[in-house]
Amino acid sequence: MAQVEVIRSTPVSRAALWVGLLLIVVAAGLPFWAPEGSGSSWMREFVEIACYLIFAMMWNLLAGYGGMVSIGQQAFFGFGGYVMLMLGNFAGVNPFVAVPLGALAAALIAVPVSFVAFRLQGGYFAIGTWVIADVFRLSFANMSVVGGGSGTSLTALRGIEKATRENLTFWIALACVVAAIALIYLFLRSKRGLALLAIRDNEVAAESQGIAVAGMKLAVYVVAAFGAGLAGALYFVGNLRISPDAAFSVNWTAFAIFMVVIGGIGRIEGPIVGALIFWALNKCFSGYGTWYLMGLGLLAIVVTIFFKQGLWGWAQRRFGLSLFPTQRTLRL
Amino acid sequence: MLETLLQGMLLGGLYCLFALGQSLMFGVMRLTNTAQGDFIILGAFAAIAGMNALAALGWGHGSAPLMVMLALLPLAFGFGYALQRWVLNGTLGRDPLPSLVVTFGLSIVIQNLLLELFSADPRSIETGGLNTASVALPAGLAIGVLPLAIFALALLATGALQWLFNGTRLGRAFRAVSDDKEIAELMGLNSNTVYALATAIAFVLIALAGVLQGMRTTVSPADGPLLLLFAFEAVIIGGMGSFWGTLIGALLLGITQQIGFRIDPGWGIWVGHIVFLIVLVLRPQGLFPKTRG
Repeated sequence: MAQVEVIRSTPVSRAALWVGLLLIVVAAGLPFWAPEGSGSSWMREFVEIACYLIFAMMWNLLAGYGGMVSIGQQAFFGFGGYVMLMLGNFAGVNPFVAVPLGALAAALIAVPVSFVAFRLQGGYFAIGTWVIADVFRLSFANMSVVGGGSGTSLTALRGIEKATRENLTFWIALACVVAAIALIYLFLRSKRGLALLAIRDNEVAAESQGIAVAGMKLAVYVVAAFGAGLAGALYFVGNLRISPDAAFSVNWTAFAIFMVVIGGIGRIEGPIVGALIFWALNKCFSGYGTWYLMGLGLLAIVVTIFFKQGLWGWAQRRFGLSLFPTQRTLRL
Repeated sequence: MLETLLQGMLLGGLYCLFALGQSLMFGVMRLTNTAQGDFIILGAFAAIAGMNALAALGWGHGSAPLMVMLALLPLAFGFGYALQRWVLNGTLGRDPLPSLVVTFGLSIVIQNLLLELFSADPRSIETGGLNTASVALPAGLAIGVLPLAIFALALLATGALQWLFNGTRLGRAFRAVSDDKEIAELMGLNSNTVYALATAIAFVLIALAGVLQGMRTTVSPADGPLLLLFAFEAVIIGGMGSFWGTLIGALLLGITQQIGFRIDPGWGIWVGHIVFLIVLVLRPQGLFPKTRG
């Protein structure tokens, strides 16, 4: 019997890990090294793109790995935001503490929601989840305690000084991004992650190998809801104002789909690359308004038809790059 | 109460027209067109643009809406055929993602194109007083002529589609590729063409629904997604593959929404969604299923 060596990392991935850690340390110090006057706007921008990135990573987990293409993840985004705000405004919880609690609430509500949503598959699941998100929107739009259709403000942060608030929001956003990447990476490298990949490749075959497909799908759905709720709670801590139309807008999912498809679906690098491209496009072209959005829509169509693997998929095939390897390579 | 039911049924007639195209595309090729609602709105705006063009040519009298509609329907047929043949056929397959992303992308393109061309203001199609005319019924009820005509068109379209599906060569081809694409191709059918014809017919219904929506009420570029949700709910409540089922589903949705609106204007659409979700939990195959997913 030959000795088998299992290889789970590459020189590039080990280097990426160190570069990543270095980047985190440099980024965490931003409030101290940023030039006077621009630190505040940089941090605001980072918090916003962090929310998009976390949301897109969770959509990628759900659709790219779980095979569940949802157009209704904004339900959990908005729910996380609203729970954070209500805990802060009415229960006296520190809003920064309420951020993970909002995410937890989104995960909890995902369990009963899944009971309804899982009745549908494929394309019907996509639109069914959109209906559910619209139920969330209309429910909050009819709740007068949170300002109904016009929304309300996060008053709980009033006593905190602006600079402290901005720094704290920024650090929490950074921590959430790192935690989300680490969570997904470690999950996909674990035994359960292997099961998830097997389900993605062939559900029937996975089931026949003893994988509990239904339980696994529910777990992925709940984790994705947690992440979406985290992004939502974080976004509205940074934004200080919430309204049903902003919180439950389908645009959140639209942008997530854009980022994941452009970057490459079903790979951890995909949404990260996609978010960077989205940020750059936004910086350069968002002044063009409707034409810019039309361009984003067309780009998503063209990439889906002609470059199914996205940008990172192309890079991976061309150069064999993998920053977050989840595969196991056996060497005899 | 009777009036609410009646209004709900008439609203349901319109929803049925929203949904028939969706039902046809679901049924023949399992394609979920997430831009369904936006194409309906596009149809309405195309009619508005056509009317403006006619008015500019000095032809602004009462028959203009009819003329525009008659010109629009064959255009929609050609557009639907081309869209399916050269864009959507390439996205079909076991994985639902490509077709969802492509139609979702189209939805964003259409919404922003309309916003650019027509601004966000709500508009409606001038009908020369038809939208306010009504007929008196016994017991002091009155119903609008236009909603009644829409309801009649919905019945007609449902019947025609069911006949097309069950009683014609084309319908047999639709059912064959729906049941088993590979075997249908072995029997000499070209599934790409059959799919394109199905979408072409669906787009005729979409254009019709758009024009009627624009005549009955106002349309604005961001209205599409909600119409898609209504169409989808009607199809799922009714059950897959049955056009009469879609009609019943649409009527049920219209009536529940109307009752909801009656109780509280803020909750009408919510009640409709909830009834849809209840049907989904209790009877996921819909009320009158014909085909299996």
